[in-house]
Amino acid sequence: MIVSVASGKGGTGKTTIAVNLAMALSGENIQLLDCDVEEPNAHLFLNPSMHGEHTVSMEVPRIDEEKCTHCGKCQEICQFNAIGILPNVALTFQELCHGCGGCFMVCPEEAVMSGLRTIGTVEEGRKGPVDFVHGRLRVGEAMAPPLIKKVRQYAVPEKLSIVDAPPGTSCPVIAALRGSDYVILVTEPTPFGLNDLKLAVGAVRTLRIPMGIVINRCDVGDRKVQEYASRENIPVLLEVPFDRHVAESYARGEVLVDGFPRWKEMMLQLFREIRSRMHVP
Amino acid sequence: MKELVVISGKGGTGKTSLLGAFAALGEEIIMCDADVDAADLHLLLKPEILESHEFRAGHQAVIDPDRCTQCGDCLARCRFDAISENFEVDPISCEGCGVCWHFCPSKAIDFPENLCGEWYYSKTRFGPMVHAQLGIAEENSGRLVTLVRQEARRRGEEQGKKLILTDGPPGIGCPVIASMGGASAVLVVSEPTVSGKHDLDRVAQLGDHFQIPVLVCVNKADLYWKASREIESLCKSRGYTFLGHLPFDPAFTQAQVEGKTIVEHQSGSAKEAVVDLWRRVHREIF
Repeated sequence: MIVSVASGKGGTGKTTIAVNLAMALSGENIQLLDCDVEEPNAHLFLNPSMHGEHTVSMEVPRIDEEKCTHCGKCQEICQFNAIGILPNVALTFQELCHGCGGCFMVCPEEAVMSGLRTIGTVEEGRKGPVDFVHGRLRVGEAMAPPLIKKVRQYAVPEKLSIVDAPPGTSCPVIAALRGSDYVILVTEPTPFGLNDLKLAVGAVRTLRIPMGIVINRCDVGDRKVQEYASRENIPVLLEVPFDRHVAESYARGEVLVDGFPRWKEMMLQLFREIRSRMHVP
Repeated sequence: MKELVVISGKGGTGKTSLLGAFAALGEEIIMCDADVDAADLHLLLKPEILESHEFRAGHQAVIDPDRCTQCGDCLARCRFDAISENFEVDPISCEGCGVCWHFCPSKAIDFPENLCGEWYYSKTRFGPMVHAQLGIAEENSGRLVTLVRQEARRRGEEQGKKLILTDGPPGIGCPVIASMGGASAVLVVSEPTVSGKHDLDRVAQLGDHFQIPVLVCVNKADLYWKASREIESLCKSRGYTFLGHLPFDPAFTQAQVEGKTIVEHQSGSAKEAVVDLWRRVHREIF
């Protein structure tokens, strides 16, 4: 079962919920997959011991000038302007390549050779009974989705996989959420929180995944998130009041369920809510 | 004309609240919301939309079942698993590469241009603003970021503005890269947490990568002074310009709830810190 933690707005507490949910449930068979590959943070709190690192690359074209006749067919098929054919020279802009393979297929001279662009790394670790995997996008690399999909491939069906998704609503979020059984949307009761929640709800609805809302710092703003949730018939799974001690503990990189018994109860309650809504016994 | 891009790596550190305050304090400015994925600046600046434009970018494959012979050529070629066994294209998975369309032996695939969102030119109480909304689950956010920045620059130049204030997206990927190129400086809004520090490190490296001057401030600094100081020394060792600390103050949230910037909302210490930060930012850019 895959439970993903997402939010439109950043900094609402996705990672806090993902990490603490994983640690609270650590009697079960748990995996934590940090799919925020642009800014992975879960390891800073979980402190797993890491035992594996794999480089992730994408297949990109290199042109064999010996064979290339500069016919221009590869440039023509490429929708991403990753190949430029001049009368006497073929240029590739590998950082623009999406890896569709069109240039390899279309070249009549077999002059397009396979090259690799490193997009990042996937690292594996473990904290007690919790299996941990995250991706780190190479700084300067634009395309997060292929790396996110790699991290997602580590999901084991027999386990409960908790996915920490990136913020926003566009392709990286979709790559992280696809195929989830349930999505927890973490928000805060502010105009920014509500606006971005609505966008995130739209994205999750596109994917047709059941979802519920966690309202973090539920006492700092207004009541409009609750009103929106009830109007849209989306369950509010948990409301977490602001607590300066908790904020400070988070700042230091601590696991909250260790220091605050109330957090352990809240996380167990959150999971019971999700289970009951998914009709899992 | 100069451009300041406000970014953070980590989301939720206060980029937009700060940018809204700078808009209130700046003169001869034009605003640009480059967080097209989850734009929020309009909630503070309440723009009156003067122009609305469609944003079209990229293409999408569509299989016509009447012409399709189900030969399987497209299925074998698609590297994005976007074509189902019954020969329908999943628009969310389709990357718009056009390989299936190009090679289809029955010419059964159409490849129309995508409507991915909208962009707007507006006026606000602090000056003109260019902003956008990317369609839900759409691709091409980087292209839309590039477009809103180009429009802000064009219109700013036409009107003799001196500065573009650009609200950037979180992260370090495609839309962030698109929001940084050619900027006069980036201001990284960090926070004194293990994650704030970690994410500042990565996004500032991106600034180095593109050779853009990196300015740094720490929001909510008094939440954990130890990390605030660590960020300050990280900046010193890396050659980033550290501009100061902002207090952890519920007034920022209250201002947001009222749809105001912090400098319009109150006259307390949070406002003073922001005004002071703006002075330093201004000095660095001009």
